[in-house]
This record gives sequence, structure tokens and C-alpha cells, in this order.
Amino acid sequence: MSDQHAFPSLSLVPKAQAAQSAKDFKTDQEVRWCPGCGDYAILAAVQAFMPELGIRRENTVFVSGIGCSSRFPYYMNTYGMHSIHGRAPAIATGLAASRADLSVWVVTGDGDALSIGGNHLIHALRRNVNLKILLFNNRIYGLTKGQYSPTSELGKITKSTPMGSLDAPFNPLSLAIGAEATFVARTIDSDRKHLQSVLRAAAEHRGTALVEIYQNCNIFNDGAFEVLKDATTAQRALIRLEHGRPIRFGPDLGEGVFRDALTGELHTAPVTPDNEDRVLVHDAHAPNPVTAFGLSRLADNDTLHHTPIGVLRSVERPVYDTLMAEQLATAVEQRGEGDLATLLAGADTWTVE
Amino acid sequence: MTSEVDQVEAVGDGSDGPLGRQGPSAPRRAKPIRRLDRVIIRFAGDSGDGMQLTGDRFTSETASFGNDLSTLPNFPAEIRAPAGTLPGVSSFQLHFADHDILTPGDAPNVLVAMNPAALKANIADLPRGAEIIVNTDEFTKRALSKVGYALDPLSDGSLEAYHLHKVPLTTLTLEALKESGLARKDAERAKNMFALGLLSWMYHRPTHGTEGFLRQKFAKRPEIAEANISAFRAGWNFGETTEDFAVSYEIPPARLPAGRYRNISGNLALSYGLIAASRRSGLPLFLGSYPITPASDILHELSKHKNFGVRTFQAEDEIAGVGAALGAAFGGALGVTTTSGPGVALKSETIGLAVSLELPLLVVDIQRGGPSTGLPTKTEQADLLQAMFGRNGEAPVPIVAPATPAECFAAALEAARIAVTYRTPVLLLSDGYLANGSEPWLIPEVDELPEIKPGFATGPNTPDGSFWPYLRDPQTLARPWAVPGTPGLEHRIGGIEKQDGTGNISYDPANHDLMVRTRQAKVDGVAVPPLEVDDPDKLARVLVLGWGSTYGPITAAVRRLRADGAHIAQAHLRHLNPFPANLGAVLGSYERVIVPEMNLGQLALLLRAKYLVDAQSYNQVRGLPFKAQQLADVLWAAIGTLEGNDGDE
Ligand code: SF4
Repeated sequence: MSDQHAFPSLSLVPKAQAAQSAKDFKTDQEVRWCPGCGDYAILAAVQAFMPELGIRRENTVFVSGIGCSSRFPYYMNTYGMHSIHGRAPAIATGLAASRADLSVWVVTGDGDALSIGGNHLIHALRRNVNLKILLFNNRIYGLTKGQYSPTSELGKITKSTPMGSLDAPFNPLSLAIGAEATFVARTIDSDRKHLQSVLRAAAEHRGTALVEIYQNCNIFNDGAFEVLKDATTAQRALIRLEHGRPIRFGPDLGEGVFRDALTGELHTAPVTPDNEDRVLVHDAHAPNPVTAFGLSRLADNDTLHHTPIGVLRSVERPVYDTLMAEQLATAVEQRGEGDLATLLAGADTWTVE
Repeated sequence: MTSEVDQVEAVGDGSDGPLGRQGPSAPRRAKPIRRLDRVIIRFAGDSGDGMQLTGDRFTSETASFGNDLSTLPNFPAEIRAPAGTLPGVSSFQLHFADHDILTPGDAPNVLVAMNPAALKANIADLPRGAEIIVNTDEFTKRALSKVGYALDPLSDGSLEAYHLHKVPLTTLTLEALKESGLARKDAERAKNMFALGLLSWMYHRPTHGTEGFLRQKFAKRPEIAEANISAFRAGWNFGETTEDFAVSYEIPPARLPAGRYRNISGNLALSYGLIAASRRSGLPLFLGSYPITPASDILHELSKHKNFGVRTFQAEDEIAGVGAALGAAFGGALGVTTTSGPGVALKSETIGLAVSLELPLLVVDIQRGGPSTGLPTKTEQADLLQAMFGRNGEAPVPIVAPATPAECFAAALEAARIAVTYRTPVLLLSDGYLANGSEPWLIPEVDELPEIKPGFATGPNTPDGSFWPYLRDPQTLARPWAVPGTPGLEHRIGGIEKQDGTGNISYDPANHDLMVRTRQAKVDGVAVPPLEVDDPDKLARVLVLGWGSTYGPITAAVRRLRADGAHIAQAHLRHLNPFPANLGAVLGSYERVIVPEMNLGQLALLLRAKYLVDAQSYNQVRGLPFKAQQLADVLWAAIGTLEGNDGDE
């Protein structure tokens, strides 16, 4: 290869011959989400982002499970599979592990990934398969018409919980970090620029990338993330993480994130000349996940105040599919290309005349 | 072909009996030698006594000697069941002969019992006159009472009908190893090799293979290897010198069809079949699997052959195993998942997805006793209806079932051929008996193996230059297999109903009706060879029809009947879906059809539903294969009733 690939995780994927545009990634299928659904914005952002990867469209695959978000592959003019509930990470693992020349994306939702498919998600993360997982979190079940999801806030009134839900929600990013994820990020459907920057970072990452996308379901959970979108409230609620920069937010960046010297816990406080040098500097590449974990739990689960977005964690660890390919190569190196006749005969044979 | 009729008799108490033909003595032997045409030996002991290894070694010796053979390992599900108890007994039965045989044998001629539990658990299976070799060292008061022997069976006269050899195996082993410097506990463990040595002497087995095997197995602990070899040789010499063993036996090599042979178990043959299918199709093999008895050995075996480009993925669960295999198949691999019945239940939804996606996928079910966890280490064939119908919606899947351990090789190739040719998941139904049982295998020539053509789609398939993923081959009804990386063929597939041809989502009622019928027609149209009927004199009125591992005992039973002058036809199904096209005609040409199955009549149910025949079921679900004599009795009765009816008319 003459020139270096801009995206290390795609170094084995053939490059596009000609420049592509968002239009190339659109299909002729009628998009069937509810009008106003946050999925539209994510789809448009992804379609506009894909040409940037500079890889061949035919070497891109979107795999999804079941749920509103999982219709996504039908609208991407790439290879795609709309599979069954919760199983997309497992299916994509088989595909990615056997085809290093593909860029494999998983589109899933909070119910698909964290409820029925929780097992596959955590195992994909710990293996570090070369997959990019986009988890559309709308904190509700949309396709089945409005039951609470594993990310719904405690006490949520829904069709299946008329007196309020009883189960404590998952924090998807905490879960991912606990599952040894090497790349964990969060973004928001309506912030196209930020969404694309996170996709870019995910695509650059070698291994499994988990991107949580806060997505508005305007039918069953409208406004769930409004506090992070409304210009006035967002200023206080949203914390934009940038690697290497002090974590500050609020009007005039007057608030900051600090680490308690005694407990190590993270908290927010107004920044003063006295404490300014103690504002936590974001290190997405820190090998120890403890700070990323702390950041993932900074937000108030009910009000969403102090919600960090951006890349919480991005570290290097050997990639499952690469290791698997290496073992195959090593086996050939050590024993030569397998010979079927020799294998079938084995060591103990006898001949009948 | 030699009849098996005379084989139910025991070797006898030293007399020739019906089996013992006096043979010429080998020169270096001091003792008389008798020639036999077949022997059934059962090694039984505690789970920790190494009986499976002992049986395996005796099998290898026997295979390399050139006898035909058939084996039946039988062990508890627990890795180390409580020592000295009945549930902890592990056994290995081996039937070997100078002619073509079909089963591990009904009743052992020789039982090696390493402790009282092994004796008690197996004695009921022995015919009078059988030889019993017991390890007297283990017949302590405590061990006897543990299994409920009030009196010592070795001295209370209860074993008078047998030829009992009382051998202090432990003491003799310790004696042989006293110079070895091994701790008593380690030295004692070699007693199974002492027993193997003794049996190897009794039946003139070659020994160099076992010695080489022990050196290799304990390469890292040469002192253990040498101790085992010493015990093995001591056992041999014990036979040669002690007066208790007056004769040894010779079983000449079998006259099998010419060619090169090896011994092979079902799971090994199946693993090799998968690798061969990969080679003959040019598709890289991807196995997604979750450990489960009795299928795990396929995962272990395939993991060893990465230099064949084999990828093995030990998944987080059964669902991920099949999911990953399906994902790999989407990418153009030969996707395989291996499991047992409980795993198939978990995989059902994904198999249904594969039916809808119309992608090649192999699902290997090594059946075991069910329902639920059932009998993990025992055999059964009660997953047929699960394989046939165990999915939501109309989700037909071709089913292939090997009849013998060695046939698992061809079955894997055949399943792969169907999966790839018709773009469909295929269920391969083996079982615990085939998986662990072994027999000689005529090693095939690689270039004579069937070729499998993936025929990937390479370009658009419509006049307007677009690609329709569900535009079918008019002959096979298979859809194109277009793998990612192929330019211009980008497409999306999924589990939602698809419009015929374009593959676009469609909820149209008429289209759904068409697609359901088309998927069914595709599977119904899978080309399978016609059913062969063995009816030598064309006088039979009764047909015995089986599938899967019942082949051995059914065929042995049929031989016995014919040797006694009965007329009986036999046929065995290797394709359970679709059935061979001539099956209906075959069923219709016999007055009575008997279907023996290790379930409660699942094939019989299908036959009755499809062909409106009064197929009669004969069942057993004991976790063990049928015995030939048991089936012979049933078939005799069936023939007898017909003739009886004639008399009444
Ligand atoms: S139900 Fe909610 S998530 Fe689903 S398409 Fe409609 S708005 Fe979007």
C-alpha cells in the first residue's frame, strides 16, 4: 500500500477508488421511522460521515438486531443484515473475525443491546473484536410501543409499569467500561458535528468501539434528553470532553470536574483561581479505567445534569480478529499448510490387501 | 458375510464352544492358543481408574492388528463421581472380530472389573460362562458394603456360572513398580495398564503402539511413562506365566474390502468431514461453538487444525455460537455450529433467521438423552422432531443423519453440499453413541471426495443492472450468495419477510404465502439419493426401517434372522428431510413396517403423517443402543404375526 490509512482500524479494508458522497450511501428504501424521530438525524449524520472513511462501500457492513434503530441497515447502501433481537454483536463478531477486509458496524438500541442482548454486548467488548457499535439510547421500548427499557429511570410510568418501574437502570458506559471495553464514547443525535467527531474517533480505534447515542423517541419518551439540547439548560448540563484538556463546563466554563483527594471520587464545583490548577485534565488514553468509570457516573440519572459527552476511554489492546488471524498464520508457519490426505490418514493405519 | 447368529454365546469356560475354533499355536507361546472369530470385552472401573483410556488403547491395538471392531464407551456425567459407588462406574466395551461386525456387541464375553461397584453394575449383562477378571485388592469389606454386597461375591459362590480370575491387580502393579521410586499413590494408578497388558496377552494384541503412546503422553514425566510401560509389560508377563490363565486367544484380522484403514470415532470423523468440506468447497471453515457434552470434542479437534485455515470461536453461549457462524457465512465462510439438544433449543431463533436469510449454515446436533439436561453422556435420538419443526413459523431445514461412526465423515460433506448448494441451514443429527463409538474406516482418496461449488454471485442479475438478492436459480430455487466486498452487489437482508426477487421488506399477504411455499419447495426439492432397500430374496413381507445410529443393531438383527431362514427387508434413512423420493413406494411395498428408534416414535410419526402407512414403532430410551438380539426378537415376532394371520385366513 502506498499511502497510510487515515483510520488504523481499517488498514486492511480496500480503499475507495473514487471520492464518495453521502448520496452514495443512501438506499432507495422508504425510511419508516416516525416523523421527528431522532433516528433520522443519526442516519443523515452517518451517511454524510461514511465517505470520510475513504473505503470501498462494498466492504462496509451494517448489522443490527431488532428495534426501531435496527432498521438502520436498510437505509445504508452498503452490505447489511437486520438480524434478530439482541444478537447483532454475536453475528458481527463472526463476520469481523473471519473478514479483516471489512468495516463492520453494529446498530443497536437500549433494549436490544442491554436487555435481550446484554451477554453478547459485554463479550464483544471484552474480546475487543474490530466492531463499531452504535447504541441508540432512547430510554424506552419504541417498536413494541412504549414499555420501560433497561435504561429508563426508576419509577418510570409506562404501559407495562402503570405504577412506576421497579428496576434500577443500567448505565451503558459504566457497563461497557466494566466489561473491559477499549473505546467508550457518548454523543447526541441532534449534535451532528459532535456525533461525527465521535464516529471518527470510533473508526480510528482498533477493536470494539461502543458509542452511546442519546436519541429522542418523540412518540414514547419525548424530550428525554431535552435538558442536554436546549441551549440554556445544556450549558450547565452538558460536559464536553476533550482529550488533554481540563474538564470545564457551564457559563464561561465556570464549572469544573475535580477529583476528591481522599476518596478519588469525581465531583463538579465552580472553578476559582485557587482550584483552577486542580481541574481534572481529561486523559482518554489512561490505561486505568477508574477515571473513565468515574466520568461515566458523573451525570445525575434523573436530571441528566453533568452529562459528559465525547470519548471517555480509548486505549490500545490486542484485537481479537487480528490475534485469530495471527494464530492461523503461526500454525501454517509451524506445521505448513494443512494437507488433507495426511490428516485423514493419521498416524495409525493398516492396509487390507 | 459371516453371520452374527453364533455371536450371542459367550466364549465359554475354556471349552471351544460354538465360537472357539482350534487354531495353530504361535511358536513363542508356551500355552495353548484358541482361535476365535470374535470377542466382546468390557473394561469397567471407577471413573478415576482410567477405563476409557484403557479401552481406547486396546481399541488402537486391535485396529492396528486389522480386526473389524466397534466400541461403546459408557461413563457418568460427573467428572469424578464418588469413588467406589455404582453411579461412579465407567466402562468401555469393545467388540472385535475376524469379519465385518456392526455393533459393540450385546453381551460381553469378558468383563474386567476393577472394583466391587464395577462388578455389581455390569454382572447382569454377562452371559453364563463369561470370563470375569477382578481386582481382588479392591474387594475389601468397606468397598463391598458401599455397593450393598452383604457377602463377598468372590467367595460366596454367586459367580459360579462364570469363569472367574481373581487377580490382585493393585498388589501386582505395586510389586512391578517397587524399583520405580514412585510414590505408592502414583504407582497404583498404573494398575489399568497392568490390566491392559494382561488382556493384550490374552488376545495377542500388538504392544508397541501402546508403549509409544505412553511415552508420548507422559513425555514431560518420563518416570510416569516408564512406570506405566513397566506395569503394562508386567501384566503381559503375568498372563504368560500364571497358571490361572491357561489359554490365550487369537482373532485373525478381518477380511475387509481392500484399502488403507484407520480407526475413527464419530466426532473425529465429523471434524474431518468438516475440514474436507472446507477444502472441497474452497470456503474457509468457521466454527462457532459453546462447550457441551457430547459435542465438545469437535470443537477441540477443529481447534487443532488452524493450519487448514480453520477458525474456531468459543462463544459466550449457544446463541452466540450459531450467530457468529451465521455472520461468518454472510461473509462467505463455511459457517458451522456444533452442539447437543439443549443447544439446538437455544439456537432455534437463529436457525430460523438463517432459513429466512437463506444462507448456508451447518448445525451439528450430537444428540443425548433429554429432555432438559437429561443424560448428558448417554445416547438418544429424540431430537428428530426438534430438528424438523423446532422453530417458529414455517421454517423447513434439511436433515442429514449418519448411520455409523465412520459415516459421520461423509455426512458432514453431504450436509455442507446441501447447505452451500441450496443456501440453507442444514441439521446434521449424530448422537452420543456415534460420537464416542469408533470403528475401522477405509480412508478415502481426497480427490474422489465430492466437490462443493459455492458459485458466489459476481455481478448484477437483472436486465437493468441491479442486483436482486432473492432472484432464484430456477432449478434449485437457491438465491444468489453475494458476499461483502463484491462491488455493485450491496444489499440488505433480514428476518422480516421479503419481497420475492428484490428482497425488499414486504408485508404483502400474497407475497408471504408465496415465500413460505417457495422456501418449503426449495427444501422439498433438495436432491437426495434414493433409499436403498436390502431385500436379497425379494420374499420379505416385513420391512425394518431405521435412521441414525440404530443401523448397527438393526443390521445385526437382520443378519441373525436371515441366517435362521427368515425373510426380512431392511432400509436405513440418511436423509430425514427431505425424505428420498422413493420412500413412499418402498413403504407401500411391504405388509408391515417396523421402525426401531431410541425415542418414542418420532420417525414413525413423520412416516405415518406423510405416507399414511401403519408404520409400527419399537422404542427404547435407556441411554444405550439397542441390542441386536432384542431387535431380532421384535422382528421375529412381526414376521410371526403376519404368518399367524395367514394361518387364520
Ligand atoms: S417509536 Fe420512537 S424510536 Fe421508534 S421510530 Fe418512532 S419515534 Fe423513533
